[in-house]
Amino acid sequence: MIRFLLKGILRDKSRSLLPIIVVSLGVFLTVFMSGFIKGLFSDITDLNAKFTTGHVKIETRAYKENEDQMPNDLALLGVSELIDSLKEDYPNMTWVERIHTGGLLDVPDSVGETRAQGQVVATAVDLLSPGSLEIERMNLRKSVVRGSLPSKQGEALISEEFAERFKVEPGDKVTLFGSTMNGSMMFKTFTVSGTLRFGNSVLDRGAIFMDIKDAQSALDMDDGASEVLGYFNDGIYNDEKAARVEKSFNEKYSRETDEFSPVMSRLSETKGVGDYLRIADSAGAMMITIFIITMSIVLWNTGLLGGLRRYSEYGLRLALGEEKRHIYLTSVYEGILIGIIGSLVGTFIGLGAAFYMQTYGIDMSKIISNVGMMIPSVYRAEITPSLFYIGFIPGLVATVLGNSLAGFAIYKRRTSQLFHELEV
Amino acid sequence: MKTICIVLLSVSMFRGLNDPKADAILDRVDKNMSSENRVFESEMIIHGRRASRSITSITYSEGVKQSFTEYLSPAREQGTKMLKLENQLWIYSPSTDRIIQISGHLLRQSVMGSDLSYEDMMDDRKLTDMYSAAVAGEEAIDGRKAYVLQLTAKVENVAYYSQKLWVDEERYVPLKQEMYAKSGQLLKQLTLSDVRQVGGRWFPMKLLYKDMLKEGSGTEFIITSVKFDQNIPDYIFTKAALRK
Repeated sequence: MIRFLLKGILRDKSRSLLPIIVVSLGVFLTVFMSGFIKGLFSDITDLNAKFTTGHVKIETRAYKENEDQMPNDLALLGVSELIDSLKEDYPNMTWVERIHTGGLLDVPDSVGETRAQGQVVATAVDLLSPGSLEIERMNLRKSVVRGSLPSKQGEALISEEFAERFKVEPGDKVTLFGSTMNGSMMFKTFTVSGTLRFGNSVLDRGAIFMDIKDAQSALDMDDGASEVLGYFNDGIYNDEKAARVEKSFNEKYSRETDEFSPVMSRLSETKGVGDYLRIADSAGAMMITIFIITMSIVLWNTGLLGGLRRYSEYGLRLALGEEKRHIYLTSVYEGILIGIIGSLVGTFIGLGAAFYMQTYGIDMSKIISNVGMMIPSVYRAEITPSLFYIGFIPGLVATVLGNSLAGFAIYKRRTSQLFHELEV
Repeated sequence: MKTICIVLLSVSMFRGLNDPKADAILDRVDKNMSSENRVFESEMIIHGRRASRSITSITYSEGVKQSFTEYLSPAREQGTKMLKLENQLWIYSPSTDRIIQISGHLLRQSVMGSDLSYEDMMDDRKLTDMYSAAVAGEEAIDGRKAYVLQLTAKVENVAYYSQKLWVDEERYVPLKQEMYAKSGQLLKQLTLSDVRQVGGRWFPMKLLYKDMLKEGSGTEFIITSVKFDQNIPDYIFTKAALRK
């Protein structure tokens, strides 16, 4: 019977084309939108993980309390020993040290006096050690606008925006003025090796990137770091795994009575980002649910209309002696087949569009240039396993439900009135 | 009703006027604390959350408009110099041989991690030039009787909108000072002690600054020697002196 119905659907385009187009369109939108929303939120999480939070983050208890102020006087010390222990305890993770500090970036004139200056946030990462993945992790190579990455100590990257504003060229010298870990005045002159643009206002407003060793020497932070970040080697954040690492680390290393003892927080618990992720997660789920419900209503209506449009056909079949139950079941089976065909077509097109968006994305840098949040400048979709079946919820279930409800009308038809109704 | 209005109006008018007694007290405070010029050596002990450290310096100042400070120890700070001319501040770093100008809101940043801001160090104006005073009462500070003055800014460019000042009734030296923002938030507290007679005036040799928005037990500023009305060469207050 299925083969018979399938032939009917394929051959009689007047009864199958419109429903299949509507189902395909609905499923396409569901799959594509789900992939896009998922991709956007994943990118935001990923960007924050790479730049600020890691998958897990270790700070001193005192630093964590005031981390917005970047209080390096409360930073971690004895970092090498800590990282050695971490490598031993968690071999499936990579550990990196970072230093953040605020300061004044001063551009000298020919006699070494201030020509221009602006406030910057300085970030120090391991740029020069062989095998360091920090350049790739932070996408620094692709973000260089002019010049090149630092190749030796004493070189730094500055934001293109700052360089343009204060007319700084690669090769020029700039002095970072701030406070050392002990509160002394910190002066460190760098040669600008290149300029950077991330397309994110938080990072582009005023930033300087330097090697961690330069920062440690300038800030008197020998073997110290503002924070140690941990990343799972597969690059994917898993909250359950991160929670287990967090629990075991804090049990082993953290002491509540010592404000300088290290404490670990996982990404989803990090101040600001954690709250954002929870909101994003529920907002994303809510958006997808609303979309699926809306599409289900549309497709249900398509099923209903399909059933009503074939009112005369059902009458004729009843008049010819076909059983009501048989007609009802064939209409439901037809709904299933149309749902499957439409869902397959819609999922295929949706996945194709999502794949395109995953590869190329949409560049929103001009629109979000003044957004103060850490969000990516290129919006990309993400293809996840759920995209392969999520479209079948509205595509199949709603169409079948629509056909089933419309089919009840068959049972209300009276054989005695059929010819009168059909006016034959 | 008319009488009540007149009384209220009179009270509000008189509140706006300076308190002659308070002004006289403040004037005597200024006479002790201000001078034509001075040269002093000091030790700043900064109590941080991890450790305390000590920084020594020598400062030359002339009136309220120019001053020059050279840091003498520890080795990390040795040779760092600061020059203030009018409202501008330059810092010289011997390690980079750079002269950096500090301006705007950066002047509110802490100096060497202490509880003092650059603004605190720069603002040597007489209190009578900046504040209107009113006597708010009398209290004892460390066993010495003191007037309590309520100071309110009468000019725009002051670091603190209002202050509460405890002035020794006998020596006319401040013993305690509380600095407030316009919102009423207490920003800093200064305790002055070890009052000695120097060159015919009473002068506090030990000051304890406490930034109330910061944890820690404050910064001690101990004046180890002070000389008033000296013959300071003019070149000291030039940018050229920073690199010498």
